[in-house]
Amino acid sequence: MPVIMYREAIRDALAEEMRRDPRVFVMGEDVAIYGGAYSATQGLLKEFGEERVRDTAISEMAITGAAVGAAMAGMRPVAEIMYVDFMTLAMDQFVNQAAKNRYMFGGKTTVPMVLRTEGGAGRCIAAHHSQSLEAWFVHAPGIFVVMPSTPYDAKGLLKTCIRDDNPILFIEHKMLYNNKGEVPGEEYLIPLGKAALRREGTDVTIVSYSRMALRAEEAAKQLAAEGISAEVIDLRTLKPLDIDCILESVKKTGRLVLASEAYKDGNFVCDVAMKVTESAFDDLDAPIERVCAANVPVPMSPVLEDEAIPRADKIVAAAKRTLGKA
Amino acid sequence: MGKVKEVKRKRAQAPAKDAGVSAEVKLGMLRRMMEIRAFEDKVFELLGRNILQGASHVYAGQEAVAVGACSAISDKDFITSTHRGHGHCLALGADLKLMMAELCGKATGYCKGRGGSMHIADVSKRNLGATGIVGGNIPVGTGAALACKMQGKGSVVLCFFGDGASNEGTFHESLNMAGKWRLPVVYVCENNLYGMSVAFSRACAVDDVCGRARGYNMPGTKVDGQKVLEVRAAVLEMVERARRGEGPALVECMTYRYRGHSRSDPRIYRTKEEEAYWHGRDPIKLFKADLLAEGVLTEKAFEALQGEVDQSLAAAEKFAIEDSPYPNPSELHDDVYVGWVEGPKGLVRLK
Repeated sequence: MPVIMYREAIRDALAEEMRRDPRVFVMGEDVAIYGGAYSATQGLLKEFGEERVRDTAISEMAITGAAVGAAMAGMRPVAEIMYVDFMTLAMDQFVNQAAKNRYMFGGKTTVPMVLRTEGGAGRCIAAHHSQSLEAWFVHAPGIFVVMPSTPYDAKGLLKTCIRDDNPILFIEHKMLYNNKGEVPGEEYLIPLGKAALRREGTDVTIVSYSRMALRAEEAAKQLAAEGISAEVIDLRTLKPLDIDCILESVKKTGRLVLASEAYKDGNFVCDVAMKVTESAFDDLDAPIERVCAANVPVPMSPVLEDEAIPRADKIVAAAKRTLGKA
Repeated sequence: MGKVKEVKRKRAQAPAKDAGVSAEVKLGMLRRMMEIRAFEDKVFELLGRNILQGASHVYAGQEAVAVGACSAISDKDFITSTHRGHGHCLALGADLKLMMAELCGKATGYCKGRGGSMHIADVSKRNLGATGIVGGNIPVGTGAALACKMQGKGSVVLCFFGDGASNEGTFHESLNMAGKWRLPVVYVCENNLYGMSVAFSRACAVDDVCGRARGYNMPGTKVDGQKVLEVRAAVLEMVERARRGEGPALVECMTYRYRGHSRSDPRIYRTKEEEAYWHGRDPIKLFKADLLAEGVLTEKAFEALQGEVDQSLAAAEKFAIEDSPYPNPSELHDDVYVGWVEGPKGLVRLK
């Protein structure tokens, strides 16, 4: 199977969908000539031209709102917001218009748009370029939130999102773009709302997504060395959420650790924990543990940034606490 | 600079009445304006009697803008509306009954009672909807125009908003995008002088909205928003221009809302003299006088028309209040997503 980078997987998904469907087009800041701040749209301008690969002004409201209007008028836009931190500028258009128009208008319209963005820490670019803001969007009815961790998932999920009739926030991770992975040459799609079981285990379940899913796997390896068998679930899509996959695992292990790169307070995983207690309280043998980012603006200094964001050793420690081995 | 002045001059030279409009079309426009007025007066009355719940921002006084502008487009074009959107929806041909039912939160309404006054849409007529956010639909209208351009079928978009919205960031980002990409959109600004209580002159660094078009490489023109044919002519010229691929334009229509911003508004920020002045320039009275003078209308025919409008309104009121059921609470979660619905543990895929 061919091995490609995460950013190539994104680009290939876009190119394939643009070849398949003339309604699909790409717009955003630096997506055309530059090929995207993280090179995920490289080569698209050459193949599809200026009409379908559009460099925009630095206007997050207009980019997002124009995607809403174009989607309602029959196109399938894939708009890019360079950093998820800039979604603050696009918030109204995405959360008030994109998310709600279908419901408010009695189900008589659809808003088939994908808003691609990227988030996460790791490059020492501090508080305005390193956040994980997915919880804000999971909170809003009417939109889906997708956060792939591998090239395979990035491609299969992005293609699915482009074909879906709902507005979707597709959040990539800045530290994953150069990661390599196997991606089939032939076409495939990954359904929304299906988690990936990355590693089977019996003692504790670790649920995560995006880059933290990779750290969860790393933690599971360390735990294995200490004789602890951890099951690792990569959610892939936060909304719709594959709650059944989590419940099934918790039924087996009785212990749950939730790992996220977002701030601890109001974290999306708090909602996952609530859902698990609602449906599987009796299956739990220990309190649920969460491993999240510190409640501080992400600092620039590498030492501080590293301290703010969950590392594998913190996930290991949390897993041990659920087993009374802290 | 040049473009704004040029267009203003052209408008000033154009005849006040659009010679190309047939008597039948004119009478249809008059009727629609009368229906909007009657609808809004009824809405205000029902709000006062607490029969209508929620907020309604009524359009009375501004009828010539919606009717004049919407008469300038065809059924392949789109509009986007505002929080004061009843007039736009009706001007585009919405049914009074379904409108009133929506305002009453009934299942038979345009949006199944989910949107109400502030989110009314008639997507089948290519009205992409009203919005509760000031300036919220300016990017949406711009994006619809981008779709029109890419689809190449010659469709255009009328994007309505108020003077207040022209101070929002969405206005500036969107007009820049449309100006750069030469999108087929006509921005119709309804300048009713106030953003809730604050006069445009107290809020804005410049005197008019149309002048702002200059900064975005599109013509801006100002018209008397109480004269329906003047609105129509100005918008039509810009619609045809956009349809020819010559890009976007801004038409500022000077108008006045008779009621307060909403029902609770005591209107302490404006004078009785000012209100009297604008009532003296009532868009229905002005149009009626023109049509009487032209011989297209008689007093008797006007009375008959008023009788028909009143009857339609009474029928709409009965339909909405007496004959229409509320939505079934079991339908609460319908249509949040395509293909998925909320279940006991979260979203589940529909079979």
